[in-house]
Amino acid sequence: MTRYVMVADLRRCVGCQTCTAACKHANATLPGVQWRRVLDIEVGEYPDVHRVFVPTGCQHCANPPCMDVCPSTATRQRDDGIVTIDYDICIGCAYCAVACPYDARFKVTDTAFAYGEDAMAHEEKRHDPRRLGVSTKCTFCADKVDAGCAQGLTPGVDPDATPACVNSCIAKALHFGDIDDPDSNVSQVLEENAHFRMHEELGTEPGFYYLWDRK
Amino acid sequence: MTAVGPRLQTAWDWRAAGNFIGGGSGAGLLCAAAIGAVGGGDPRLSTTMALILIAAGLGLVWLEISRPFRFLNVYRQPARSWMTREAYAALPVFAAGATAVWFADPTLTVIAAGFGLIFLYCQARILQAAKGIPTWREPALLPLVIVTGLTEGTGLFVLIAAIGASLPQWAPMLLALWLAARIASGSIYHRRLTDVGCPVRALDELERWKTAFLVLGHMLPFALLALGWLAPPTMGVAAALAAVCAVASGWALKFVIVTRTAHTQGFALLHRPARGPVGSGGGHVKPGWY
Ligand code: SF4
Ligand code: SF4
Repeated sequence: MTRYVMVADLRRCVGCQTCTAACKHANATLPGVQWRRVLDIEVGEYPDVHRVFVPTGCQHCANPPCMDVCPSTATRQRDDGIVTIDYDICIGCAYCAVACPYDARFKVTDTAFAYGEDAMAHEEKRHDPRRLGVSTKCTFCADKVDAGCAQGLTPGVDPDATPACVNSCIAKALHFGDIDDPDSNVSQVLEENAHFRMHEELGTEPGFYYLWDRK
Repeated sequence: MTAVGPRLQTAWDWRAAGNFIGGGSGAGLLCAAAIGAVGGGDPRLSTTMALILIAAGLGLVWLEISRPFRFLNVYRQPARSWMTREAYAALPVFAAGATAVWFADPTLTVIAAGFGLIFLYCQARILQAAKGIPTWREPALLPLVIVTGLTEGTGLFVLIAAIGASLPQWAPMLLALWLAARIASGSIYHRRLTDVGCPVRALDELERWKTAFLVLGHMLPFALLALGWLAPPTMGVAAALAAVCAVASGWALKFVIVTRTAHTQGFALLHRPARGPVGSGGGHVKPGWY
């Protein structure tokens, strides 16, 4: 089996938001929508204060509460673990948004452009009315992963089969790949480093790992 | 910059709260109407009101969904979604309820009330399945939502009966019982949230409403009902006022839970990252939690 996951190395992330921008560029998300975002968390108390940058987004949970609640079957899970939304079925009830413990879902009902009422050329070209009034979130760039696999490429290794955020990361903090393959890039970094998953106690089995120290 | 701690959800607003208000009160009113009908009362007015309330609640949900013409898709996931199950449960409620009104039949009213209870249970499970909202996923909310619906419904029954000068003796007693059950389930819910932890702002908001809920929603109606029992001629007016308090406080409670104490999970780190060749990571970080 294949199970795609994302790994973020918290020691490497510098909070530059390049992945955020790359995601917006790749997926043409509307203003205010950030499928990939990087949190800036202040940790500790004066004088021992640290800033930690935490890439986040849909965790493509193995046990996704968003899918359990979805009344329309718009939210589904592929065999490779990627959680998808069918924009043609979604009724826009936003139940999935309140079911997601990772604040990963967005619903936009009105068209908006980055600079006021007039769309820039690329916004006009890529505007997708199917995405209005429905739930959206990070797709792990599933189309790209599928297209790459069809050409025999390896997700997480070959850029043409790898999510845009991972490709763009200036610090090599983001990794993507198949955790069910013990020889994959992600299996190896997880093997070599101490890691955790966020809100694991909720039973969601997130497919997003954070590296925080050497083993 | 993205908020790191829990933030008040904005996905569901007063319209969603309206569904829990209308659905809970309607289901509760159906149950009271069924008891009244078995006791020989005329169930038609109460049952009609109950159906209107449930329909109004569902209508508000229809206004909330942003693809309203796809609403039939809500029926596609009975295997998993409590929202789908709620939509299915509404069908026999309306079928049995409308037939009960048509024939003024107590048995059909009891059947409609049975489906109403299933509907109410589905509503409570809808909130509990919302794992992203700590104050909703708390299991102790389930009995509170059910008991609140039954309290409101009984309150409405008392109000309708008192206005029609046909208040049966059991109705104020049942209202008092549900009020007692609601105060108990409310305090269990509150205690559970403080025991297991929840977003600080959600808890602060709950605390803000607690006294008003206790005094206006419970102590005042108890006092009014006691007055009615001590001075029976006043019972009609006292019970009606007690019912208004019970209903209004139940509606306010659901409005608060859906729109004011519904903070998200926020973000947390199990470990702070180790920095530099000799840096060592730190412990757990969970901003905004009690
Ligand atoms: S992170 Fe949220 S949206 Fe993504 S799969 Fe998990 S529950 Fe669903
Ligand atoms: S908004 Fe769409 S994807 Fe989300 S629960 Fe409703 S129907 Fe499902």
